[in-house]
Amino acid sequence: MRKARLPRALHPVAWWLWAVALATAAGRTGNPLLLLLIFGVLGVTVTLRRTDAPWARAFRYYLTAALVIIVIRVVFRSVFATGTAPGDHILFRLPHVPTPAWYAGIQLGGPVSLEAVLSAALDGLRLACLLCCVGAANSLANPKRALRVLPGALYELGVAVTVALSVAPQLVESVQRVVRARRLRAGRTSGLRALRAIAIPVLHDALDRSLRLAAAMDSRGYGGTGTATASSRRWTGLLLLTGLAGLCVGVYGLLDVTVPHAVGLAGFAAGALLCAGGLYLGGRRVSRTSYRPDPWQWPEWTVAAGGLCAAVVLAAGSGYDPTGGGALRWPTLPLVPALAVLLAAAAALASPPPPVRSAP
Amino acid sequence: MIRFERAGLAYDGSEPVLHDVELSIGEGELCLVVGATGTGKSTLLGAINGLVPHFTGGTLTGRVTVAGRDTAHHPPREYADLVGVVGQDPVAGFVTDTVEEELAYGMEQLALDPAVMRTRVEETLDLLGLAGLRHRGLHELSGGQQQRVAIAAALTTHPRVLVLDEPTSALDPTGAEDVLAAIVRLVHDLGITVVLAEHRLERVLQYADRLLHLPGDGTVHDGDPATLMAAATVAPPVVHLGRLAGWTPLPLSVRDARRHGSGLRTRLPEQPRTPHHDSHATTAPVLTAEDVIVRHGPVVAVRGASLTLHAGEVVALMGRNGSGKSSLLWALQGTGRRDGGRIRVRGTDPKTVTAAAARRLCGLVPQTATDLLYLDTVAAELAQADRDAGRATAGRARAILDAVAPGIADDHHPRDLSAGQQLALVLAVQLTADPGVLLLDEPTRGLDYHAKDGLRHTVAALAATGTAVIVATHDVEFATTIADRVVVMAEGEIVADGPAPAVLTASPSFAPQIAKILAPLPYLTLDQVRAAWTPAS
Repeated sequence: MRKARLPRALHPVAWWLWAVALATAAGRTGNPLLLLLIFGVLGVTVTLRRTDAPWARAFRYYLTAALVIIVIRVVFRSVFATGTAPGDHILFRLPHVPTPAWYAGIQLGGPVSLEAVLSAALDGLRLACLLCCVGAANSLANPKRALRVLPGALYELGVAVTVALSVAPQLVESVQRVVRARRLRAGRTSGLRALRAIAIPVLHDALDRSLRLAAAMDSRGYGGTGTATASSRRWTGLLLLTGLAGLCVGVYGLLDVTVPHAVGLAGFAAGALLCAGGLYLGGRRVSRTSYRPDPWQWPEWTVAAGGLCAAVVLAAGSGYDPTGGGALRWPTLPLVPALAVLLAAAAALASPPPPVRSAP
Repeated sequence: MIRFERAGLAYDGSEPVLHDVELSIGEGELCLVVGATGTGKSTLLGAINGLVPHFTGGTLTGRVTVAGRDTAHHPPREYADLVGVVGQDPVAGFVTDTVEEELAYGMEQLALDPAVMRTRVEETLDLLGLAGLRHRGLHELSGGQQQRVAIAAALTTHPRVLVLDEPTSALDPTGAEDVLAAIVRLVHDLGITVVLAEHRLERVLQYADRLLHLPGDGTVHDGDPATLMAAATVAPPVVHLGRLAGWTPLPLSVRDARRHGSGLRTRLPEQPRTPHHDSHATTAPVLTAEDVIVRHGPVVAVRGASLTLHAGEVVALMGRNGSGKSSLLWALQGTGRRDGGRIRVRGTDPKTVTAAAARRLCGLVPQTATDLLYLDTVAAELAQADRDAGRATAGRARAILDAVAPGIADDHHPRDLSAGQQLALVLAVQLTADPGVLLLDEPTRGLDYHAKDGLRHTVAALAATGTAVIVATHDVEFATTIADRVVVMAEGEIVADGPAPAVLTASPSFAPQIAKILAPLPYLTLDQVRAAWTPAS
């Protein structure tokens, strides 16, 4: 067995690239069979490649949310009837609620056609698929390790998020403890006065804790080896701001058909360059190393490329089914896009299995 | 290594905490800092790496240098490679979430080479016996393990000084032993200079090369432990016994005392002439619990515990961290979860009555006592306590507080009080309801000898009026001085329940120092030895 395939955690960025690419692919297709195929791929990959960490158990919540999205979509489409084309198959009729004249744009109730329900379900399915792609990335990649990939200039941001992630459960625990203690004094645990009696000890606790954490981080050298001068800080800010402005102009140019394509591209490129410069300059002021950084080896390349391949094939239009709910017929599974999605699955399974934690 | 030159420290608008301190601590010394609460122990420790005054504020006069580096010119983060700091609550200082990453954190900040980091993490894991825990989440570990991880994390930067502020105060006796053993090994194997503050002298005194005693007037008394202990006002039982028997040099450990003690053992009567403390226990049961079960999700915290408590009885509830002591106390009070079993306090199940009635049956002081305090002044808290207890006349809470801890001014903010005073205030709040049973969960945490004495008197006075008291504690010496009965829990079950002398002398880890020194004689306290003592003619 090759070294790169030994059990280990895959680089979080590889998982995110793969998942975002699949989400792009899902967004570009209207074929329910392809969407279901993507769901299947996500499910299999998450089952086989997630660790036993707390965040890895989140996928089923995303699945529940996905189901809710589809149901809401169908219900809304049925209640806010958007009209039916002649020749539609009417399933049933909801009682029609007359709306006032100034509210004329929206109809409540009325006939519900099979076509409308199907197209709503398809829309919902596509949205749900996007959500599950994000969910898969969240379950597969350790969020804290993903933050470590941030460029040096954004390190503080990463630390803030990491600390917030660990403080949130402590805050919940603190509230539970204080509410329980409040009952020992036979105080009420609801109402405005109780809020004060609960909030004050909890806030005291949180402040104490953050001060102690800050002292500990300071003692351990956090933010120690900086060489930032005032002028370098100003330059960083200037570069980042103009860079972001450039990016905005570029994106606008690319999306608006009346602006020449070249202008958009140029703006985009210039913005990206300026941002990169700003991040580089900002990153120079922090010098730190990272312990056991996640390696980027061929499985990472494979996973990312597999996902991108699916995205490119589907974005090229081969998977798009414009008929949507137009005609009532069983959709066919187009060969090339299906193969592309399966390729993404194969690439994901080429990743090394997750590390097995020894029993405590 | 560490030098204080005429160092003084004052916080704004108050008397200086430290005044003209002259101190020089050498390489490889284990230096123990002792003193009552509020005498400046934490300030002294914080001054070593510049957290005081850079982080806490205040004015530093004179000079503090570590390996020639002056804290006036360097912020704490520039000491990361020189001074490792471990606080009282390790969890509060954790930045990452697994053992290995926590160990690497300090080195990442110092931008060490990844290969160096890897080897140092491995060697430090071995040094502190953490190799088996390397991938574990920090919050899944026991208190002792967490504290060892915090020490390991401070060590990976290869500091030459390690500063520890009450590292064992939250730990059970076994966890504390593990941590102290690790610290002693560091001093002996690596020659690290250790500066350690601790209230529970009986645990650490024997390891100290040097003692810094802070009497509270801003000065620091510095000297050899045996010499300083001969006259110190706070001393562990072994020292008191040594003084009583006139042993020289003064023994600081159980081992030294036992070697001196063979003569003493032959001169003491087989049975002590007095009980280990004045008992007020009666035979009238006030609380009966049968087969109490408490579950937290899949974890069974209490597994069928049965207990009877009599009026005026004081019971010490002992057992390692996580053995179910707190869950049992909360269940007995009626506020906590109970998944099975029967509890009757004076014939009533506290779970079935209102919270106000339940606290008249059973008062509980939780582990984090300050959770109960939420008002701005002591006076407001006391007035609220009178109202909570449904008393028509105010002043009852104040009277109780003055009996428990005299001299706490009305206008103080409860959060500004010392740990002992906060406990006294919470006790007063809970006792205003006149509960027939008082439950105390780890009350001695962070208390100095003086505050513990105050607590002991309060508990004794309550017992004399017929209140039954259960104290969950890790503090063996404290339990010895107050308890009629000792109940030991393990894995949610009661594994021992009997008179204090029998239980405390039966197991080595729960035995007080006097019992260890005088075994097999069943003596527990110094007063017993004093009463039976006939000096050699």
